[in-house]
Amino acid sequence: MSPALSLDRRGFLRTGAAAAGGLLIAFPWPKPAAAAVSSATLNAFVHVGSDDAVTLIIHKGEMGQGTVTSLAMLLAEELECDWKKIRTEFAPIDPAYGGFQGVVGSGSIRSSFGPLRQAGAAAREMLVQAAAARWSVDKSQCRADNSSVVNTATNARLTYGALAEDAGKLPKPVNVALKPAVQFSVIGKSRPRLDTPEKVDGRTIFGIDVRVPGMLHAVVARCPVFGGKVASFDMTRAKAVPGVKFIAQISNGVAVVADNTWSAMQGRNALQIQWDEGKTASVNSAAITRSFVEHMDQPGAVAKKDGDAEAALASAASRIEASYEVPFLAHAPMEPLNCVAHVRADACEIWAPTQMPSAAHRAGMSVTGLRADQVMVHSEYMGGGFGRRAADDYVAEAVQISKAAGVPVQVTWTREDDMQGDLYRPASYTHFRGALDGDGWPVVLHARMACPPFGGLRNGVSSTGVEGVSTMPYAIPNVLVEYHAVDPGIPVSYWRSVGYSQNTFFMESFLDELAVAGKKDPLEVRRRLLAKQPRMLAALELAAGKSGWGQPLAAGHGRGIGIVNNIGSFTVQVAEVSVVAGKLKVHRVVCAVDCGQVVNPAGVEQQIQSGIVYGLSAALKGSITIDKGRVQQGNFNHYDVLRIDEMPKVEVYLTPSSAPPSGIGEASVPGIAPAVTNAIFAATGKRIRKLPIAAAELA
Amino acid sequence: MAIQFTLNGKPQVVDAPPAMPLLWVLRDSLGLTGTKFGCGMALCGACTVHLNGQPIRSCVMPVGSIAGKRITTIEGLSPDGSHPVQRAWVEADVPQCGYCQSGQIMTAAALLAKTSSPTDADIDEAMRNNICRCGTYQSIRQAVHLAAQLRAGGAK
Repeated sequence: MSPALSLDRRGFLRTGAAAAGGLLIAFPWPKPAAAAVSSATLNAFVHVGSDDAVTLIIHKGEMGQGTVTSLAMLLAEELECDWKKIRTEFAPIDPAYGGFQGVVGSGSIRSSFGPLRQAGAAAREMLVQAAAARWSVDKSQCRADNSSVVNTATNARLTYGALAEDAGKLPKPVNVALKPAVQFSVIGKSRPRLDTPEKVDGRTIFGIDVRVPGMLHAVVARCPVFGGKVASFDMTRAKAVPGVKFIAQISNGVAVVADNTWSAMQGRNALQIQWDEGKTASVNSAAITRSFVEHMDQPGAVAKKDGDAEAALASAASRIEASYEVPFLAHAPMEPLNCVAHVRADACEIWAPTQMPSAAHRAGMSVTGLRADQVMVHSEYMGGGFGRRAADDYVAEAVQISKAAGVPVQVTWTREDDMQGDLYRPASYTHFRGALDGDGWPVVLHARMACPPFGGLRNGVSSTGVEGVSTMPYAIPNVLVEYHAVDPGIPVSYWRSVGYSQNTFFMESFLDELAVAGKKDPLEVRRRLLAKQPRMLAALELAAGKSGWGQPLAAGHGRGIGIVNNIGSFTVQVAEVSVVAGKLKVHRVVCAVDCGQVVNPAGVEQQIQSGIVYGLSAALKGSITIDKGRVQQGNFNHYDVLRIDEMPKVEVYLTPSSAPPSGIGEASVPGIAPAVTNAIFAATGKRIRKLPIAAAELA
Repeated sequence: MAIQFTLNGKPQVVDAPPAMPLLWVLRDSLGLTGTKFGCGMALCGACTVHLNGQPIRSCVMPVGSIAGKRITTIEGLSPDGSHPVQRAWVEADVPQCGYCQSGQIMTAAALLAKTSSPTDADIDEAMRNNICRCGTYQSIRQAVHLAAQLRAGGAK
């Protein structure tokens, strides 16, 4: 680390709040304690102060998914520390944190479950050894208990604070034996979130709240057409806007830097820019759908093949087919994209609300040409992420602007910038053919799928384009899944639950269609086809039982099932809806989940609720459409989301499991749409094959 | 132009163009970042503050129009997080990402000041224009009811 960076990292205090009310908020960064208190680093995750404060370093970003609390619980389980004395800080990028600090793919608990308990155990062992040395006894005579070590022969106690300095000098133990699950006292018991108190009084510093001395505020005029560039621009009027300090062209547009965000926006409004719109300027949503449909009569790259679907279709007792479609979707986190950067000749500091600190770090190096050790990334609290903040485009922009302006700059995206400059959930289209045997049980599933690819093609297949259909859990003997990569030039990327977000809607809807065609109860068909999937089946039975499946409902009401096996977990939802006079209401959602060993049950319930709301927003309302290469929606008036008065009653049930923990953040997003549309079919006989659910379809 | 108003119980003077929205005065000029930018068009509720006790959207409120009035932000709702709505929010562990919660809390506090024992329908009506993308709605509803009880029971 360069001296300049170390100075900033250690000495800097955010001054914005100080100017307002005398409130000083320090960096979320390992920092020296006040002079009277010393702090010992027991390992990368655990620091213990002489005042008994235990600082747990959180190496995964917090975007609402509860990492601060759940990762602290993993450390605390073995550390045996007093929960009330815990404080947390976000980690710097450092190989000591295992090499990957991104928060994507619902992976934080899965990847941390072993390493963090081990880190907690190793720190505890050092404290126990320090106590044993102090008492000149064998460490087998010492036991850690609630931030103290107890001498079991004498009942003498030494606090962690009193032992910290000695412990910090000991060699770090490796492979400490961990508690068996039956002895867990923290894991598996609900804990309130550690970050709640400061989220109810405005104290939490999100990325957009970062204030650095001398910082200016910027917005960027970007080409409204994807892939377009600045042809020429005139800044005369913009420079005259009060508060505007600096205007510069950057790689993707023109940046206006001012002494506050509003002045920067006024300056941007006054820019006159000629754009070279490029080849995407002719793209529109209807043409994109047509290009999907044109591929439906041609074989695609094979993503999955079991048995012989064509032969089985030819000989089957009955056949059905249907086409499904979904639009592009924006992520629309409540906190619009933003980033602060400060570029100097020999250093670059980045304050980013990011799901991928390593990508932010690389962006800083790439833009500045500086070495890895000259670029520092501060991970900030995120006001939602949902996959959008895994990208680095908004970081690279901030670094470019600070480099050009020569001062620290915060770039803020307006809601319109955020919604029209997203990396979208791909629009997608699938044509299914299916067949039943003479008893009405499904024996063939053929899916031909088309969507813009991302994450690379393997043998012509985008795994994110087919997952959810290619990975479906049902025992159907003849399965063929084909994929067409159709790329209209609209940027696409990870959106909470990725390919499952659309493909589970397709799969679970068509499975319902097969059940109906075979005159079977949708639950009965799933039971039969999941007979060899015990965890999925257990979740299905739990959800069915709790939902009252099969029991009579009022006229106009119906129940529907949506299941998914993603991120290692098994999730079943039963939605109850009504359609009265063409108006849809989702009354109740029962969700059963097997996500393996649960760390924080309250956190799991929050994530299930969250995924249902996110998925329901998309199912009922979400649609990004393209005209002339431009996104037509800019704000929540045209891209509406679920409101409190539309919130169904959600009930969450966890199946007891001793399996290793699996993911939860994306578990309940995919299944809600088909649970609702299958319930609409049960209520009305109307099959919804396109999202968002159109009022006209229900009339 | 110098504009005087009362901010969180104290006199405040700012020098800002009268058309500048209060949101940016709070966040960029005064450093009160608890009030959030979400949409800029009074569509999401993240920027909600109280003007003379009424909930308003600071992102569309020109600072020139608040001269002489009382503004309360999340930082001034209580000196120590002890407002019944804040206590209820902690008790129900409402926030996830937390970004919308300043606005949710300010809207809920204004609802309870007017309607001491709100029904679910009252809550829907008052809170439906505060968007939460994390999906904390069920917890918000529970917390508003809890806050009403805390208010009725006085300080605990």
